[in-house]
Amino acid sequence: MIATRTEKYIGHLFLAALMLFTVLPFVSIFFTALHPSGSLPSGLEWPDEPQWGNFVEAFRVAEMGELVVSSSLIVIGVVPVSLAFSTMAGFAIGLLRIPGARWLLLLFIFGLTLPFEGIVIPLYYLAREIGILNTRLAIVLPLIGLFMPFGVFWMRAHFANMPNEITESARVDGASTWDLFRRIHLPLARGPIASLAILLSIWTWNQFLLALVLVEDPTQRTMAGALGAFQGHYATDIPLLCAGTIVILLPTFVIFVVLQRQLVTALLQGSVKG
Amino acid sequence: MVPALVMYGLFVLQPLFLTIQYSFYDWDGVGPGEWVGLDNYVRVFTDSDLLGPIFNSFRLLIFFSVIPVTLGVVTASLIHRIASTRFGSVATTVIFLPQVIPLVASGIIWGWLLARPGVVNQILEAIGLGGIARAWLGDFGTALPAVGMIGIWVLLGFCTVLLQTGMAKINPELYEAARLDGAGWWAELRAVTLPGIKYEIGVCLTVTAIAALAAFDIVYVSTGGGPGRSTQVPGIKIYIEAFLQRRVGLASALAVALVVLVLAVILPVQRLTREDQT
Repeated sequence: MIATRTEKYIGHLFLAALMLFTVLPFVSIFFTALHPSGSLPSGLEWPDEPQWGNFVEAFRVAEMGELVVSSSLIVIGVVPVSLAFSTMAGFAIGLLRIPGARWLLLLFIFGLTLPFEGIVIPLYYLAREIGILNTRLAIVLPLIGLFMPFGVFWMRAHFANMPNEITESARVDGASTWDLFRRIHLPLARGPIASLAILLSIWTWNQFLLALVLVEDPTQRTMAGALGAFQGHYATDIPLLCAGTIVILLPTFVIFVVLQRQLVTALLQGSVKG
Repeated sequence: MVPALVMYGLFVLQPLFLTIQYSFYDWDGVGPGEWVGLDNYVRVFTDSDLLGPIFNSFRLLIFFSVIPVTLGVVTASLIHRIASTRFGSVATTVIFLPQVIPLVASGIIWGWLLARPGVVNQILEAIGLGGIARAWLGDFGTALPAVGMIGIWVLLGFCTVLLQTGMAKINPELYEAARLDGAGWWAELRAVTLPGIKYEIGVCLTVTAIAALAAFDIVYVSTGGGPGRSTQVPGIKIYIEAFLQRRVGLASALAVALVVLVLAVILPVQRLTREDQT
């Protein structure tokens, strides 16, 4: 494309400024994390003697090992089940077009707009009633429910766009509905299912409100929930807080760098589909 | 179909109905509740303590929604026009980064940046504006915009990338025609780009508006609603009333109001931007 020189120059400058705006916060907490624990440095200052030990210390006090296990358990509890349920429902609405599919879809779409705050109060009392309050199950079960609107919406979009000929020719060969799902459409849906898996994992990992309300013990929470508790304990020890934040962010960062492309496309398709 | 509906019904729809039910009671969460009819709603819409958070969430709408979307349009069009190179894709990736970290982390990071000795003040001092340096999140006048700033940081990348994909779908011939007519960046943006990404703008506005009205994580960790009530938003107020003050009925009424509010903001946006899609 052709653009004038000044335009190019100003444009690049603008983009560089935005990148700086995005990155500077990370640089700041990284520098700060290297200061002696308990000191009060200024925002962007390389320490005289970098305290790499802070990361080890943060790893220990944040009980990082347990946290990773806890968050992983929650993800394992939430994601596969959500994937299975939403794939089946998406198939029923998008491809089989079961009676009332339109209304069901609308019902789920309504769920997309629902703020978590709208249901968190009864969830607390429900969890208390069935005795799962303060266990990971209290996060897992509602999250599966809360992911249904998006999951169904997402999978429906995939199935609704599948060419009819595939289904018809399978039918002619005498495939039952279950065969059709299991042998033909499930393998074809691998891509969207994988993207959905990535998205749901990140959202679970980063879920805060449910963890805060439903589980008191930080080591039973999601990563984000634990980070909230960590902040409560170490709000005054800025270097340690920064080190802890970095340690807790590290897994997400690594995943982002590795899966960057899939992740961005997944997030985007998620919002444009439908 | 059935399992999905069961989970959705059990853990989303049922609680939603319970929230509505609670909202007609005066209940402390332990003893029996007392039916109070619409009293809780009357309080939500008359008590400044509860109206305040609603107003605040509308002010956040500017920072979480209007600014990121506007800035996103500018950024995306710049990347689209001048930087379809490596630099452009690096910029996209970098700007997108805040989107994948937990909002709690963004809140903590910016809590430190905006603190008295933080980077923001350091920069201000370096450019000779040391006079206005302050603890941004602790000042009645600046706390809400400061929280909004965090929202911009988080949401800009999402908007930029989404709008960029929208632009990539626009027929290049339209751009060529515009260039032949001698259109500059601004004219091209108005005549070709904006109409072409109407739908994507709608999606951006919807997603960011929900993020603004239902904001919780960022506010909870960065200010907790303070100082005073200057950054209290419905999410925070619901949490305080329901789980700290144990006024479950009142909190539920506010929660219902929030659900309705979100729908009231989103439906017109959807209507305006999708009408020719279906």
